[in-house]
Amino acid sequence: MNNNRKTLFDKVWDAHVVETVPDGPQIIYIDKHLIHEVTSPQAFAELEARNLKVFRPEQIVATADHNVPTQHQELPIRDELSRNQVEQLTENCVKNGIELFGLGHPYQGIVHIIAPELGITQPGMSIVCGDSHTSTHGAFGAIAFGIGTSQVAQVFASQCLLLNKPKSMRITVNGTLNKDVQPKDVILYIISKVGTDGGTGFFCEYAGDVFENMSMEGRMTVCNMSIEMGARGGMIAPDAVTFDYVKGRAFAPEGEDWEEKVAYWKTLKTDEGAVFDAEFTFDASEIQPMVTYGTNPGMGISVHESIPAPRNESEAKALQYMGLQAGQSMSDIRVNYVFIGSCTNARIEDFRSVAEYIKGKSRSGHVHALIVPGSQQVVKQMYEEGLDAVFREAGFEIRQPGCSACLAMNDDKIPEGEYCVSTSNRNFEGRQGQGARTILASPLTAAKVAVEGKISILQHLN
Amino acid sequence: MKKLITIQSRAIPLPAENIDTDQIIPARFLKSIDRKGFGNNLFRDWRFNVHTGEPNPEFVLNKPEFTGEILVAGNNFGCGSSREHAAWALTDYGFKVIVSSYFADIFKGNALNNGLLPVKVSEDFLKVILEGITNDPQLEIRVDVEQQSVTFNGKTENFELDSYKKICLLNGYDDIDFLISRKKAIQEFELKTQKIYE
Repeated sequence: MNNNRKTLFDKVWDAHVVETVPDGPQIIYIDKHLIHEVTSPQAFAELEARNLKVFRPEQIVATADHNVPTQHQELPIRDELSRNQVEQLTENCVKNGIELFGLGHPYQGIVHIIAPELGITQPGMSIVCGDSHTSTHGAFGAIAFGIGTSQVAQVFASQCLLLNKPKSMRITVNGTLNKDVQPKDVILYIISKVGTDGGTGFFCEYAGDVFENMSMEGRMTVCNMSIEMGARGGMIAPDAVTFDYVKGRAFAPEGEDWEEKVAYWKTLKTDEGAVFDAEFTFDASEIQPMVTYGTNPGMGISVHESIPAPRNESEAKALQYMGLQAGQSMSDIRVNYVFIGSCTNARIEDFRSVAEYIKGKSRSGHVHALIVPGSQQVVKQMYEEGLDAVFREAGFEIRQPGCSACLAMNDDKIPEGEYCVSTSNRNFEGRQGQGARTILASPLTAAKVAVEGKISILQHLN
Repeated sequence: MKKLITIQSRAIPLPAENIDTDQIIPARFLKSIDRKGFGNNLFRDWRFNVHTGEPNPEFVLNKPEFTGEILVAGNNFGCGSSREHAAWALTDYGFKVIVSSYFADIFKGNALNNGLLPVKVSEDFLKVILEGITNDPQLEIRVDVEQQSVTFNGKTENFELDSYKKICLLNGYDDIDFLISRKKAIQEFELKTQKIYE
C-alpha cells in the first residue's frame, strides 16, 4: 500500500486544510489573494451589503489589467465604463487598506505576470484570483486557481474557501524538445491530446525532464493553460530553478527566513510511489511547433499537418466560423494580425525569443504586429536590453501593459473575419473581437508569421 | 441566495458542445460594477446580429415556441473563464437549472453560488431530452433537489449533488455565512501555522 506517499498537490493542499465539514467540503486557507478591476467590484459590494470587513487585507494584492487601455495610460481612461471600473478598484483598495499596483505604478501589469516577478508568488502557497489563468502560479509549486466573484467575497470575508479536494493527474513529458519548439507548443500539444474537458475535476502535476529543464517563464506558460484542458490548476515541483528565480525579488523572503523557506520548499515534491487518479505520458520528440485551427484550444495541430476532418457538429461549426476546410494547409491562410502578449506569453523571455528571430528582419507589409508587454517591469527590461529598438525597426508596434487583445475588453480588438496569430490562451468565437479568428501559437511562431505574413510550413521543416 | 427545492418547467435546447463563458457573456459586457442586467447580453453574439443588433431568428432564445426556466446544453458547458458574470447572465435571464452531460469546474461552482443548479445527466439521457424538447417544445422537465432526480417524458435519472451544497440550495444558505461562523477555527489555524500577517 502507498497510503503514506503523497503527491506534491497533496502536500500543499493538506497544509492548508483548516477543517473538514462532515460529509462535505474542506475549509482551505488562502495565503495570497490577487484581485483586479473586473471580477472584484461585486465582491466588495457583497461585503458591504453584509456589513463585513476585509479579514486579511495584507494578504491581498491588486492591479488593473483586464480593462485598461494599452495606449496613453498616463491620461484618464476614455471609455466611461472602463474608467469607472478602474476607479472603483482604487476606491475599494484605499477604503480596505489593500496594496494596489494601479496604472502608472512601476509594478502595474497583468496579475499573473506581476505576482511572480515581484516574488509574491512562492512555492507551497495557496493562491487565488478571480481569473481562470491563476493556474499560472502553479509553476512555483503553489496551489493556484481561478475563482468566481462570490468566492472572491468569501476570501475577503474569511481568507478561506469551501472546496472539495480535486482528483490528481500527472502529465509526464520526457525527452529532448525539437528545434523551435517552445513551452507554448508543449502545452498546446498536451491539450490537443487530453482534450478541453480531459482535465475537468483534476489538479494536474507536470513532471519529467522537459519541465525540469524549462525556465520559470516556460513553466508559467505551461501551467497557465492548464485550465484550457479543464483542470482547475497545474503545478510543477519547485527546484533550484524556482529558488533562483524567487531569490532577491521585491517580496521574496530574506536572510534566515529565506533559508527556512527553502528548506521547506525542498520537501515539496511527489513521493516516489504516490498514486495519481490519472496519468498521461508523452514523448518530447513527438512535439512540433503547434497552431490551433478551431474555436477551442484543444483543436490544435502541428504546423506540418493539414486541417483534420471535423469529428462532430461542434467541430464542423468551429471550422465554419474559422472559414477553414478539412484538408487545407494552415499556410493557405493570409494572416493580417499578430498579437504577442497576454498572461501566457508576455514575459521577458518571450520577447527575447521574438527579438532574436526578428532582428534584422521586417514584418510582412500587410501584417499588423502588436507587442503588449505583461508588466511595467517587463517594459523596463525590454528597454534596458534594447529589444524595443529591434521591434520598432522590424515595424512592430509596442504598447503598454495589460490583457489587451487576449480578451478584447479594451480597444485592442481584431476586426471581424480577420485571422490573428496570437500568443494568448483562448481561441473562442469572438474572444479577440466580434467575428475575429484566433490562431494560438508560440511567440516564436507568431514572430515568424509576422515576418512572412503566413504560417510557413517549410520554414519549420528545415 | 434564493431557495431551490423543485422546479418543473419547459426547457430550451442548445445542443452545441463546449459552450464557453465568452459565448455566454462576451468580455466587452463585463464592464459593469454590479450584478444586474447581464441577461440582456446572454449569448449576445449568437442571439443578435453582429452588425445590426437585431435578434437572430435562427437562435433558439429568439424562437417563440421555446421557453422555460431550464436550459439544456451540450457537453462541457461553461468552459473557459472564471467570470461569474456567466452565471449572473443565465440567472438574470431567468434560468434556474442547466442540464448537460458535463460542466466545467469553475462554472459549476459559480452557478451553485448563485442558486443556479447544474444538473449532470448521462449522454444518452441528454440526447433523449434534447431531441424530445426540440420535437415537442411543450414537454416539461421536472427537477427535484431533495431527491436529486430529473424526470423527462416518463424517464428519471438521478444526479450528483454535494450534500453540503444541497443543504445550501434547499435552505438558501451560502458559503460566506458558513465561513464566518468558522472564524474562530480559521484564526486558530493561522496561529498554528504562523500565518499571521498583521
